[in-house]
Amino acid sequence: MRSQRDRTIAFLMLLPSLALLGLFVYGFIMQAIGTSMSDWGTNPAQPPLAINVVKSFVGFENYHNIMTDLLEFSFRNSLINTFFFTVFFVAGCLGVGLFLALLLDQNVMGEGLFRTIFLFPMALSFVVTGTIWRWMLQPGGGINTLPTAIGLPPITFGWINSREVAFGFEWADVPRILTVVGVAILSILALRFALSGRRRALMVVGGIAALLIVLFVAGFWNLIWLPLDTPEAEASIAPKGFNLALIGVIIAAVWQMSGYTMAMFIAGIRGVSEELREASRVDGCNELQMYRYIILPQLTPIFLSAMIILGHISLKIFDLVFAMAGPDNAQTVVPGLLVYTEGFRENSFAKASAIAVIMLFGVAIIIVPYLWSQFREASRADR
Amino acid sequence: MKSRLLLVVLVIALLSVFGVVSAQDEAPSGELEIFSWWAGDEGPALEALIAVYAAQYPDVEVINATVTGGSGVNARAVLKTRMLGGTPPASFQVHAGQELTGTWVIADRMEPLTDLFVAQGWNEAFPAQLIEQISYEGDVYSVPVNIHRSNVMWSNPAKLEEWGIAAPATWDEFLVACPTLQAAGVTPLVVGEAWTVNHLWESVALGVLGADGWAGIWSGETAADGPEMLAVWDKFSEILACSNVGVDSAGLSWQQAIDKVIAGEAAFNIMGDWAAGYMVTTLELEPGVGFGFNASPDTAGTFMWLSDSFGLPVGSPNPVATVAWLELLGSVEGQNAFNPLKGSIPARIDAVSAEPDLYNTYLQAAAADWASNDLAGSLAHGVAANERFMGDFNQVIEIYLASGSSAAASAAFKAVCATSGACG
Repeated sequence: MRSQRDRTIAFLMLLPSLALLGLFVYGFIMQAIGTSMSDWGTNPAQPPLAINVVKSFVGFENYHNIMTDLLEFSFRNSLINTFFFTVFFVAGCLGVGLFLALLLDQNVMGEGLFRTIFLFPMALSFVVTGTIWRWMLQPGGGINTLPTAIGLPPITFGWINSREVAFGFEWADVPRILTVVGVAILSILALRFALSGRRRALMVVGGIAALLIVLFVAGFWNLIWLPLDTPEAEASIAPKGFNLALIGVIIAAVWQMSGYTMAMFIAGIRGVSEELREASRVDGCNELQMYRYIILPQLTPIFLSAMIILGHISLKIFDLVFAMAGPDNAQTVVPGLLVYTEGFRENSFAKASAIAVIMLFGVAIIIVPYLWSQFREASRADR
Repeated sequence: MKSRLLLVVLVIALLSVFGVVSAQDEAPSGELEIFSWWAGDEGPALEALIAVYAAQYPDVEVINATVTGGSGVNARAVLKTRMLGGTPPASFQVHAGQELTGTWVIADRMEPLTDLFVAQGWNEAFPAQLIEQISYEGDVYSVPVNIHRSNVMWSNPAKLEEWGIAAPATWDEFLVACPTLQAAGVTPLVVGEAWTVNHLWESVALGVLGADGWAGIWSGETAADGPEMLAVWDKFSEILACSNVGVDSAGLSWQQAIDKVIAGEAAFNIMGDWAAGYMVTTLELEPGVGFGFNASPDTAGTFMWLSDSFGLPVGSPNPVATVAWLELLGSVEGQNAFNPLKGSIPARIDAVSAEPDLYNTYLQAAAADWASNDLAGSLAHGVAANERFMGDFNQVIEIYLASGSSAAASAAFKAVCATSGACG
């Protein structure tokens, strides 16, 4: 039973935190959004560092500029880099982390020692990791010379220097690619629903797939998709895609964070009660079947948590890329780096704010539904 | 009573307003915060200068506020947050030229030093072209302490003799020697990470356009997408074909590129003359013997300069001590205390001849060139164009490297000129 007095005291105790949060987090977010809608630093006629800066409101012009102007191709490429980095980083960490956790679950000798060793990289800062891996991935030395120890020719991959691109595409291809991928996923779902006899779900999925195809054929996406100022010039600046220079950064990041993922999985695996394992063995499961049908499904919430945490790390990544490739390497540019170089090197504070706001919304799209579902679970558990 | 108090307050206010002008009447005291990026290898040079100042003005407490990071990449960010926050340091290091003018002077954040230059006789001590190239609307806003040269080509004389190649005087000679070197398994021209490519570009552009054509880019006389600039990009493409760009260049620091020249893996490297400091001090080589130096091909007779300088910010917490610091920086004593340890030459043309024994063979040759050559401001190091242009120029180079098209690079260069207002 909470009395009015208790509630008032609770509110007063929270008030300082609320005030600080309100000012330093939400107040400054509002200020950043406001700056991104001004021309502070993007107007050549107004010195951005004057004592009385003259800023005018320009609405969404900065956002439009970074998405369409030829000279802002770095920002668009940074979005693609972030996408591929996130996909491979999260998949790598989950895969390696799960594998290590399963290994450590086998009651090996010295389990505590191995667990500590695998966790060590997490204690380093990204700058240290980035610097060490930069030395190791130098094309002329380090990892490339390892095969010579057993008499094989050295590796000739350029790592961070590489200009190769895999999965190349152009911006105009994106609606087509998304439609194809969407229809493919929906078809697989439709097949599963058909096999399990769920008519209504099948019809819904079929309807959405048909809608996607119709929209694409009718050219609807061309109306709203990214009208680049100079598509031919943009296409000539190398195809967009998975820059292979990111492979080095991904390896360094997975090396650092897979220990953390492994720790989460170990906790999850330990949480599966011994009775379930005994029961499955009694029922005739071998070890592999036990892992696949009993333990892994129980780890679903851990997968989700790990994906969220790793996803938001990768969207904001800055120090690792800065230490490994520097802020000037166009193949590994990420939005965090651009905020720094646009803001503090070029004094284009409005453009830097626009990029920062886009990063904020990108992270919010992931975190907010996650937090919302956590709160709903928690409040359901309260009742 | 009240009116008498008001009179006293008014007199004190008037006196303090004239305090800055009559700086030489007051003895400097209090704190002097020197904000710079001279840490690490360059620290001893700054400390020698501070020691001279402290001996002259023992009442001043000098605070050596450095922010590490080569070429001030981190210091500039810290400085901007301080200036925007209203707590400027007493004086800060900045590259003379557009890096100062385009960022701070047009923002009305620097006090003009024209009177100081006249009083100290600096208009005769510094080259006239230098004063002209760092002035803004007739006033000078900073005191150049040192001069580095950008258009220098480094080589290993022993190795050149082995390969039977002479240091090329023109880019065409270099291109002729290129296949011979490649056949011998040597990289003809070694380049490092992104900014060193910019550094190479400005030497090539200076070689193709000449000093007047180069100055014309920044005054608008040389069209950004005209035939001369297209010729620059075309020549650049031929030169890059003889280099390691895109092979292993992105991971090489400038020191590692120089190491390749000394080791005989590469023939030539275009780098500023801080490379001489590295080779003399760290690699312990003798100028002319262990390493060779020439003007970049096609640029003999032009000195492409960059300069570290200090100014007087508006709202400086201790203007009297700061002006005394600036007077020391521009004096023969100050420049000769700093430059030998830094590995650069004084901006004054009379300083090296006053004490030539302090300077090694390379520095004496560079000082002789400084006093006689035509001057061209460096782009990659903040003289010729403002920070907005320099940042976007990285995009131009990337467009060029990715597309291989001179036309695309020219068009991008012109677009960057427009957005930054740097080309006249």
